[in-house]
Amino acid sequence: MGQNDKRPRGGDTINANLKRVYDEALQEDIPDRFKDLLAQLKAQDSEKESGGETSK
Amino acid sequence: MSNPDPRDELVDHLPAMRAFAMSLTRNSATADDMVQDTLVKAWTNIDKFEVGTNLRAWLFTILRNTYYSSRRKAKREVADVDGVFTESLSQKPDHDGRLQMADFRTAFAQLPDEQREALILVGASGFAYEEAANMCNVAVGTIKSRVNRGRAKLAELMHLNDDEAMELTDDATMAVVAARVNGALR
Repeated sequence: MGQNDKRPRGGDTINANLKRVYDEALQEDIPDRFKDLLAQLKAQDSEKESGGETSK
Repeated sequence: MSNPDPRDELVDHLPAMRAFAMSLTRNSATADDMVQDTLVKAWTNIDKFEVGTNLRAWLFTILRNTYYSSRRKAKREVADVDGVFTESLSQKPDHDGRLQMADFRTAFAQLPDEQREALILVGASGFAYEEAANMCNVAVGTIKSRVNRGRAKLAELMHLNDDEAMELTDDATMAVVAARVNGALR
């Protein structure tokens, strides 16, 4: 970032709103489906690793 | 130096991925589907991620590519936008933060995808123009112009142009702006 932009007030309002919209979305709770999905992907991988390589 | 598996870090980026997806799709159900696709793609292609580079940027890139390719498939089928288009803009600038937020959301949702994306990447997620340009696979100048056009459109939709009146020199424009300001102010 570093660059300080000197924008008219309209620009400040837009920046503030942008950040607010984004931050509000950031603060939403993460649905369980994503953690479940990650756990599932992880389980699949460890299965592949331990359950023998695909024979060629 | 330990070498952490970037896959273990995916979970940390979920809130940002959802926030970015929401701003692109403007619909929470579509956004979550997009995030799900992105997670699977990231997981299965993790070997393509260069350790030491920005994981969030990599994830956002996958996410936006997913979005644009599905949009191409849908061929501009009008998305269900969580009702944002049903509200109309209020007539005047308002000091009530909530009302202004509602106006902003409505205005923001009307921008072209590419402008919304550039504004979120640069204006809200803190990516540099160069990073955003890489993620969107366009020139830095293109990102800058998307950001500027997006800002200008938002200012117009939210009636924020008033304070730019001071910079205008053209008399006719001044008159129009003055009339608008007078009409708009409480």
